[in-house]
Amino acid sequence: MKSKLLSVPYLIWMLVFTMIPLVMIAVTAFSDNNGHFSLEALASAFPYTHVFLKSLWIALLSTVLCLVIAYPMAYMVSQMRESTQNVVVMLLMIPMWMNFLLRIYAWVLLLQSGGPLDTLLSAIGIHGSYTNNTAAVIVGMIYEYLPFMFLPIYTVMGKIDKGLVEAAQDLGSNKSEVFRKVIFPLSIPGIISGITMVFVPSASTFVVAQYLGGTDDIMIGDIIDRIFFTNNHVGAAISLILMIFILIFLVLMNRFGDEEAIV
Amino acid sequence: MKKTGVLTKIYIALIMVFMYAPIAVLVFYSFNKSRSAAWGGFTFEWYLELFKSHSIMNALTNTLLIAVLASLFATILGTAAAIGISNLRGKTRLFVQNISNIPIISPDIVMGVSLMLLFTFLGIIFNFEMGFSTVLLSHICFCVPFVVLNVMPRIRRMDDSLYDAALDLGCTPFQAFRKVVIHELMPGIFSGALISFTYSLDDFVITHFTQGARFQNLSTEIYSLLHRKIPPTINALSTLLFVVIILIMVLINIRDRRAERKK
Repeated sequence: MKSKLLSVPYLIWMLVFTMIPLVMIAVTAFSDNNGHFSLEALASAFPYTHVFLKSLWIALLSTVLCLVIAYPMAYMVSQMRESTQNVVVMLLMIPMWMNFLLRIYAWVLLLQSGGPLDTLLSAIGIHGSYTNNTAAVIVGMIYEYLPFMFLPIYTVMGKIDKGLVEAAQDLGSNKSEVFRKVIFPLSIPGIISGITMVFVPSASTFVVAQYLGGTDDIMIGDIIDRIFFTNNHVGAAISLILMIFILIFLVLMNRFGDEEAIV
Repeated sequence: MKKTGVLTKIYIALIMVFMYAPIAVLVFYSFNKSRSAAWGGFTFEWYLELFKSHSIMNALTNTLLIAVLASLFATILGTAAAIGISNLRGKTRLFVQNISNIPIISPDIVMGVSLMLLFTFLGIIFNFEMGFSTVLLSHICFCVPFVVLNVMPRIRRMDDSLYDAALDLGCTPFQAFRKVVIHELMPGIFSGALISFTYSLDDFVITHFTQGARFQNLSTEIYSLLHRKIPPTINALSTLLFVVIILIMVLINIRDRRAERKK
């Protein structure tokens, strides 16, 4: 039981299958086909700047919308009876168990021209196709990641000491004051981890934009997928830049989270 | 405060419509005789075709096999690691815990690309091709940290003297380990294994990069199907998966209710 040795296989494992592969990305990004040091791959990544910006923009919008939708829901659910809470949370989780690709494909079916939404809206005289545009991509992202925003916020709200709420009420706070001065500040750690859990996967995802987006809705993940199999140096260079972006984002979120925690 | 307001009910209902409408569409189309977006009559044809499809059935077997093996190995490796890490002190411990977070925070696509680089490199040296084994290794890779994360808090809560007591009462160290330590850690081990299993079942991105030329799991099989003219068997598959998920959820719920009543 006192043995530190039990962690040795794990450390070797992490070295071989996590650390070395990440180093290999950097090495591949800075070398050419002959194995010499080269900045060519990195230079070839520059023309994709607009794809980077578009990916970050789509991820940002999806994250903000997830927060706007999930936050009130988390608050409402946390106010319900416990048995009802469990049912609602379970209902929200069930679609998550469906295959990732099937969930996206379902939106393609739903939004296609002549599909259910089109048929429904045609009845009141609006015609059109609702897929193959940026909005459809964002809807797909929200569908994929909404529970990732909901769960951390809901968990944090559930842990808020009821005594604090009652104390605020006893001291004369009305409902909105209780929310602004007690519940909201205490739910910030949940918001921070929700933002992280939605932003990171949505900025780096691929496939979603391929199926739901238009011709100019290409995300950085799609580019990596497309390039990597033909030129792994450029693919690695773009992956490296993506990884650095994500790390900067995580450090920023962490710092922000810590400051809030002190206040 | 416990009474659910009308506004809450409407809001939650709208979100549930958003979550379940796409699934309803999949179910609807799985019984559609026509291959187009319009309704062409009721049929079971796609279900029959699904069971006759060797590639889909093969992918399904692969997915389940990988999920079982990956979660099993990840659980063993991760539980041992958690025990080992808990015996480390200070900076070493912090270092190891930070390493554990790398696979959790790094985007799937970066992990997929990095593992592909590793396996291609090793493949040239040891002369092997990517396939079942590389996918299995990769899945263990992203599962292990979740096991560590779930077991660690259990170890922190465990009373060290329990193990010593078992030894004093005549257990061999192995018996004491099995009957006391593993028993105490079981809830953490179980949830780590469950998370691993579900992540492995749902994985697309990492499998996509490490599958090699011939191996397919359910996600990559669906991906390749979606690239061609989409066969309606996919809708039938989605419907069946959804039914299985609902059944599992109901069973888990019944089990939990029984456990609660016993208490």
